Amino acid sequence: MATLEEKGQSASTERLKEFLREMLLIRRFEEKVEERFRAGELPGFLHVAIGQEAVAVGVCRALEEGDVIASTHRAHGHTIAKGTHPNEVMAELYGKVEGTSHGYGGSMHLYDVERGNLGANAVVGGGLPGIVGAALAFKLRGEPRVAVAFFGDGATNIGTFHESLNLAQLWMVPAVFVCENNRYAESTPAKQHLPIEDMTKRAEAYGMTSMAVDGQDVEAVYEAARKALKQARDGRGPVFVVADCVRLSGHYVGDPQVYRPKEEILELRKSRDPIELLRARLELADEDWEEMDREATRIAEDSVEFAKKGTDPRPEDALKNVYA
Amino acid sequence: MPALTYREAIRDAMSEAMRRDDDVFVMGEDIAEMGGSMGVTQGMLDEFGPDRVRNTPISEMAIVGAGIGAAVSGMRPIVEVMYQDFMTLAMEQLVQQAAKHRFMSGGQIKVPLTIRTQGGAGWSPGAQHAQQLEAWFLHVPGIKVVFASTPADARGLLWSSIYDDNPVVFFEHRTLYNLKGDVPAEIDGIELGRARVHREGEDVTIVATGRLVHEALKAAEEAEQDGISVEVVDPRTLLPLDEETIVASVRKTSRCVVAHEAVVRMGFGAEVAAIVQHQAFDYLDAPVERVGAKFAPIPFAPVMEEYVIPHAEDVLAAVRRTMGKD
Repeated sequence: MATLEEKGQSASTERLKEFLREMLLIRRFEEKVEERFRAGELPGFLHVAIGQEAVAVGVCRALEEGDVIASTHRAHGHTIAKGTHPNEVMAELYGKVEGTSHGYGGSMHLYDVERGNLGANAVVGGGLPGIVGAALAFKLRGEPRVAVAFFGDGATNIGTFHESLNLAQLWMVPAVFVCENNRYAESTPAKQHLPIEDMTKRAEAYGMTSMAVDGQDVEAVYEAARKALKQARDGRGPVFVVADCVRLSGHYVGDPQVYRPKEEILELRKSRDPIELLRARLELADEDWEEMDREATRIAEDSVEFAKKGTDPRPEDALKNVYA
Repeated sequence: MPALTYREAIRDAMSEAMRRDDDVFVMGEDIAEMGGSMGVTQGMLDEFGPDRVRNTPISEMAIVGAGIGAAVSGMRPIVEVMYQDFMTLAMEQLVQQAAKHRFMSGGQIKVPLTIRTQGGAGWSPGAQHAQQLEAWFLHVPGIKVVFASTPADARGLLWSSIYDDNPVVFFEHRTLYNLKGDVPAEIDGIELGRARVHREGEDVTIVATGRLVHEALKAAEEAEQDGISVEVVDPRTLLPLDEETIVASVRKTSRCVVAHEAVVRMGFGAEVAAIVQHQAFDYLDAPVERVGAKFAPIPFAPVMEEYVIPHAEDVLAAVRRTMGKD
């Protein structure tokens, strides 16, 4: 007979394997995005979150039915983790009718309202006030739902961040603010845009519960998110979560990263890749890993096939959806 | 028919919507105990309580943005932005978020948000509390823009704005709050995008908004003494615009004056002039005249302020020019 402790451990291991599977899927998906962009197939302006998958998965797996998120310009991972099929995300990147926003949005404007994704935002900090408002609606209606904003350290320098945190705390709305602290605002390193080291102080200034977590450790992110969500859901006020993470890619796909020493990226890839860290921790057999990888790669490849076979919007449909 | 002031009419629309519908609430700076800087929400806190009449910090970005988030989540918020000058602080949320959510999501989202704001010169508040910026918003697909000039229109149009599924910017004019007028016994919406013909005439059409509707009506009275018959049209909704009523009027009169308090250059009048010349070119007997503020910020000293903003005499002079009587 397994002890309770052993049963708990095995459940936790199973959950971590699921997290790994999902992080790997996001990774393979985004590598495919980079590849197809370089092949000239994807229009526009793309940002991948390679290296930050643990934040997206750890937070989104802690959400409950009815919770909503707002994402950023680096939105593929959040969107997939919130439940949108990779086919629909890729179709959007190809500008197809089958995409999440039917070709009206693109990579920086992924919405999936049915699954609680209120939209990715190409304005840094642009989604935060809306999350306060969504949380206010939940509170006014007495619904046990939480609204979560993702944003980066760069966004903590814009007015919407400060106004939103102040308002959220003042009104004690059920919101969680997740700062993906990758220490770069586009190309600008933290030392050039952040006058403080400890980012939790940003929210403490508003009297908000504030916590920091290792954003490369998906289990730690998951546990922190659960705690934060519970506090918000129980009506004990919003929470600020600083997830210290690393961006293993450039700001945008094609970014030569002249602002960052090559060794830094190589070193981080070796030591701080959240997928490799979790794989090592789970001590996965090679064949299990390879099977997981094959599956993730297949889904990513299928999404490209799906997207390429998608329908081009009719040009004149550009005039639809301007007004309800 | 009961008579209400412009201020009471606006309050009546909000209060009645809040009585009928739990999804409607109002938030803004100083709107609770103080009743709003213009007294529009006076008494509403007592009736509806602080959850639904919400005082906010001085955070225009966040309150407009919170309105957006609540609207997207099924509410029908009314946000009061104390002065339209302060809409400058909320432009990102309005232009980048509210106006585009529906479009960028491919039709998944609607944003039934009403932003009430007010402004206008004539009382020497100086350059940062008196502008008329409505033209800025007319350039943005995805929002609707209303500018009511009478109590009846204010009440009916605000009612329709609250129940419209799009973001609506609802402009009120500072100098009209005490204007009294009859309103229908039962509250009812006025369709957005329908002009009101305030006065029929044969010789000149004046298309006027806000305070200038009343200046135009004064000018029309005076013109009549001169034997000039003037029609006064208030579009009431600037976006969408009732082009049909404006063009039909100009085709009848063959002359057009556009009058608003905002600066003339690149103003609403320029768009009306373009529409009229395009759709009524063969009917025009004179160039379209534009009346508005001179191209300066609103000055403080009363004599300078009076000089910059337009009055009935400026409208009358424009009418006379179209008649070749200057």
